[in-house]
Amino acid sequence: MDFNFVFEPDRWAIRVSYDHWSFRITPVRAFLIALIAAAGCIMLYRFAFGLESVSSLSDRWPWGLWKGWAVFAGAALAGGGYFTTCLVHVFHIERLKPICHRTLLISLLGYTLLLIGLFVEIGRWFNFWRPFVSWGHESPLFEVFWCVSLYTIIQFLELTEIMTQKVLRKFHWILVRIFPVLAIVGVVLPSMHQSSLGAIYLMMEGRLDPLWWSPYIFLFYLLSSLYVGPAMLAVESVIVSKAFGHVTPMEPLKLLARIGGVLMLIYLVLKIADLVAANELGLLLANSYESNIFIAEMVFGVIIPLAIVFSPLINSRPCLIAYGFLASGGVFLNRMNVSITGMARDAGVFYFPSLFEFIVMFGIVAGVVLVYLFMCENFNILTTEEEHE
Amino acid sequence: MAVGVLVDLTKCIGCGSCTVACKMYNGNKWIDNRVPSSGEKAELADENWTVVKKHKVSKTSVSDSDPKEVWRFVKRQCLHCKDPGCVSSCFAKAFQKTEEGPVIYYPHNCVGCRYCMLACPFSVPKFEWNKTIPVLTKCMLCAGRLKKGELPACVSACPTNVMKFGEREALLAEAKRIIADDSRYVQYIYGEEEAGGTSWLYISDMPFEQLGFKMNVPKKPITRYSSKYMHFTPIFGAVWGIILTGIYFFTKRRAKVKKEAGKKDT
Repeated sequence: MDFNFVFEPDRWAIRVSYDHWSFRITPVRAFLIALIAAAGCIMLYRFAFGLESVSSLSDRWPWGLWKGWAVFAGAALAGGGYFTTCLVHVFHIERLKPICHRTLLISLLGYTLLLIGLFVEIGRWFNFWRPFVSWGHESPLFEVFWCVSLYTIIQFLELTEIMTQKVLRKFHWILVRIFPVLAIVGVVLPSMHQSSLGAIYLMMEGRLDPLWWSPYIFLFYLLSSLYVGPAMLAVESVIVSKAFGHVTPMEPLKLLARIGGVLMLIYLVLKIADLVAANELGLLLANSYESNIFIAEMVFGVIIPLAIVFSPLINSRPCLIAYGFLASGGVFLNRMNVSITGMARDAGVFYFPSLFEFIVMFGIVAGVVLVYLFMCENFNILTTEEEHE
Repeated sequence: MAVGVLVDLTKCIGCGSCTVACKMYNGNKWIDNRVPSSGEKAELADENWTVVKKHKVSKTSVSDSDPKEVWRFVKRQCLHCKDPGCVSSCFAKAFQKTEEGPVIYYPHNCVGCRYCMLACPFSVPKFEWNKTIPVLTKCMLCAGRLKKGELPACVSACPTNVMKFGEREALLAEAKRIIADDSRYVQYIYGEEEAGGTSWLYISDMPFEQLGFKMNVPKKPITRYSSKYMHFTPIFGAVWGIILTGIYFFTKRRAKVKKEAGKKDT
């Protein structure tokens, strides 16, 4: 067996194949590979010379782009996986089956992004395993750490169920057997850690801007991690149709968006109720940097998507896609606002990520995208033919 | 018995002896070209576990109605909270509070996530940003010296007796007496209630907010919401798991019944 290279002039691409594996390298993908290489070099430099050498983090600003994006936003956007898993494998909504493999993969890759980002970001990376033996069980981060670790393993097993349809087929039946357990535990664990990601900020009372800080912030994190799932799927359907010409059927997307819409509505109502209860509605009119970004987050990330979901607009594909981009962008913005915008006034300094921080972050995202494309081209991801009993 | 230190800011002349004693006992470097440990630009840093910061404030005296500029010096270090955010936030128990009061850092447990830096309401823990293998740093109230029955290095070095070491509750009572007897003091004890109470207590003749003290620190323990949340979380996980299992079997059975009914019809 040898590597085969075939030039495809119509797409400016080279198809690399080996045995029954194949991967197409287009100019965009070549650029992504270059980004990964650059990010890799910066990471090595960071491990050799410390965080100050590549980032603009400081004592006044200890958590920056990597924590905000990779950990908080990354976990939220990957959270779509457990929402769909729950509906398909726990609630047995058969109509959603055609898309559940895809959410599973995107979710696992999201968690991989989180773990890589976190590993680069923590100062004493060689100690990453300490919380397994030294239990700081009063910290919400402890719950995040355990649940993310275990859930990543569970997701990997869930994905193995798909992969063993092609490789190592003799193990497939074991995975089919344990799948119901994986599915249930695979909903409990992420529910717990999504809320505890929010609970991390409970201790930042008086530090995080009151527009975002709330004693119930964990509930907001949990709800938004659920409703972002359908939105991410809509976004992903665009990528899939661009890359593979695969048209995702509208029906499951619409159904999911409606279920997510109900959760989104609850989120909006609770968010307003929370501001009213804390007597902080006046902050909205402050016309400050924070209040303007907060209003943008709520209008573009919640209210407009809600308007699309609960109107006939949802029947048009472009509107559904707009809903996807707005709602998931809104959750992304929320996580960045909590970890960066809302912390600025208290820190008293202005933080802007360094170029290196951006390159590392984009490099990790590029890696995730490439693995996703490879998996879609080589495994049974875009369709679901097998049945789980 | 929990120990504490009472700081009377009216007595501080800003000599910086305490910062020298701190560096010598803890073996910390001088980094004055980066962050000075005394003067107007003094800040806590990886090598500065205590600093004396100079503040210029305007004061109106009884005899003279025009406000005059006066200098005040504020010693800063870890306040050793009763319910420390750093201890509660650490998911690997790298920070632990001893029974006597000091909050100690154990680097072998530390992952370097820096949650403690954000969970501390006074932003005390600092990080070695420029090190390949960094640690978090902060004042540990000379726990080793206390064990031997000695005073903390800074307290023992102070030439003007700014600081008084002792039992916290006794010091608090003394502080209340001092500010009640002398109207020149601000009628406030910083650290009495901040973040649920701290081992270090401050009294001053100038308003604390003008001296760089953070005044919006919650008066209740910073850990109160998160520790409640963490107590509740195993129950939430178990109940959620049981509910999901129930739904799993219910919806599976329903789908099966529906399928069979469909077969009979055809």
